[in-house]
Amino acid sequence: MNLLEWLPFIVLIPLISSGIVACLPGRFWPWAFTLLAALASAVIAALVLPEAMGSELSYPFGNWQPPIGIEYRVDAANAFVALLVAGMAALALPWAKASVDQEIPERQGAFYALFLMALAGLLGITLSGDAFNIFVFLEISSLATYAIIAHGRDRRALLAAFRYLIMGTVGATFLLIGIAFLYMMTGTLNLADMAERLPEVSDTRAVRAGLAFIIVGLGLKLALLPLHLWLPNAYTYAPHFVTVFLAGTATKVALYVMLRFIFTVFSPDYSFVVLPLSSVLMVLAVAGMFAGSWVAMFQDNIKRMLAYSSVAQVGYMVLGVSLVSAIGLTAAFLHLFNHALMKTALFMAVGCLAYRAGSLKIQSLQGCGREMPWTMTAFALAGLSIIGVPTTAGFISKWYLILAAVEAQSWWLVGLIVITSMMAVYYIWRVIEAAWMTERPEGATRLKEAPLSLLIPTWVLVALNFYFGIDTRLTVGASSAAAEALLGVPTGGLP
Amino acid sequence: MMTFLSFFNYWVVIALMMIGFYCVIARGNMVKKIMGLNLFQTSVFILFISAGKVVGGSTPILRDGVEVYSNPLPHVLILTAIVVGVAITALGLALAVRIQEAYGSIEDDHLGDEDDDAELARMNREGR
Repeated sequence: MNLLEWLPFIVLIPLISSGIVACLPGRFWPWAFTLLAALASAVIAALVLPEAMGSELSYPFGNWQPPIGIEYRVDAANAFVALLVAGMAALALPWAKASVDQEIPERQGAFYALFLMALAGLLGITLSGDAFNIFVFLEISSLATYAIIAHGRDRRALLAAFRYLIMGTVGATFLLIGIAFLYMMTGTLNLADMAERLPEVSDTRAVRAGLAFIIVGLGLKLALLPLHLWLPNAYTYAPHFVTVFLAGTATKVALYVMLRFIFTVFSPDYSFVVLPLSSVLMVLAVAGMFAGSWVAMFQDNIKRMLAYSSVAQVGYMVLGVSLVSAIGLTAAFLHLFNHALMKTALFMAVGCLAYRAGSLKIQSLQGCGREMPWTMTAFALAGLSIIGVPTTAGFISKWYLILAAVEAQSWWLVGLIVITSMMAVYYIWRVIEAAWMTERPEGATRLKEAPLSLLIPTWVLVALNFYFGIDTRLTVGASSAAAEALLGVPTGGLP
Repeated sequence: MMTFLSFFNYWVVIALMMIGFYCVIARGNMVKKIMGLNLFQTSVFILFISAGKVVGGSTPILRDGVEVYSNPLPHVLILTAIVVGVAITALGLALAVRIQEAYGSIEDDHLGDEDDDAELARMNREGR
């Protein structure tokens, strides 16, 4: 059995396991089985990545050859994203045990089953080479995500989930409208086939409208600035484990699909020349960077602050795309990966804090740095990464983003990237200051350090932030291969 | 006039889509929002299915004497999309029920503003 035949199991393992996990009783077995399934998927994804570098793998389902049948088509770009999603799930699950036991004491089987379904959906979106299949997987992952967000203990989690459901469904339906237009014009749903047939009909209003619908629909899922309204509440009130997982994966997958449509299905010559997509994305990205960072500076709740920071980080990724160059796209993929690392580490540290302290308001955390030193040190180190201090992963992606801006001769963008990084310094510093520089108020309950089962995974993520800040062979290599795969031209080995 | 009639399906799609979208945005009541969402999705289903119609075509069943038949693929796709739509409606209604239990109202306008983190802290303590 060669590797290609294992390819669909990246999606099938979590999907099938979710049915099994739903039936498992107690608190241990659902979690253990979920961890196994996520690990298995991550291992296969890790094996597929080197194979997919430079060549395209195609797995036709039921041996129906594309374009008639549905295929999974994997190149460097989606193998990289699939490894990120499956890997983040496998890294987050060891952390999940203690946190989920506290937050969702009952019916954990159902919770983990939904989690696996969300994971399977995200992986399916990433690997599929069929437009309608992407829509169905998008809805599978979204439905499961709405349900797990609603598991949050605060009753506002229900409202957040409901509003996300409304906005997410509108976004997915926009994607469906876009796919309908493309199907009408080309008569195919296979992405590669569509790319071949589109040039003949590209100068029609239906195709232009189709692209616009797809971009707006995915922009909603991606939380690009004016469409980000669902994100802060969903991240804030979801169970901590769900926030940890979503922050690293959900928006990244939406960005990948958007890139797939912009670059592979439509050629960049079309999407960036016929439509003013480059300037639209650049304006929205810069606005997102500023508005997200600005609002984050004034949030009381740490989780909400980090959620707004995510809106800003999505801005950085889209900014890399809007520069339409190999190096810009590499920067976007790098930031996609590195942001997953740093936000997961930060949300894990916040989850450790929430495990002991009831409130996540910054005022109520005064002096907790002395009582929970390991947690707060992890937070501070991951914070360095999001600021972009050298030797952290965050520095690498910002460095490439600045290189891309310099290459495009947009010096003002370099200035904007530096300014928004300064804003990140401010919002991370507010937490550090409250935790370390102020005394614990009189009469406040003493906090214990978080248990090791939470701390060890958190520190693993923090260590990864530094590892990928120093050894960039894997990330930069995979990112430039991904950019190459999307642009269809060799980037000639980036520095 | 003829062109208007020949695009009748598409006019219906646009009308339904706008009515549904307006409901989703303008209505505060969550059940009405879900109804709007349903209308919005249904309009897209009609759009898809209209694309499969072949003028003069019969149903796509293999039998003697039939050469022209409608494209069955959009119907199959929409069957899946309908299932997705039903799942979303079910989940949305389930959430609305839970919100009714938690807040005593499903009018979206004022919910959630009065909560603060003190409540979260209280719930955390109770849960422990």
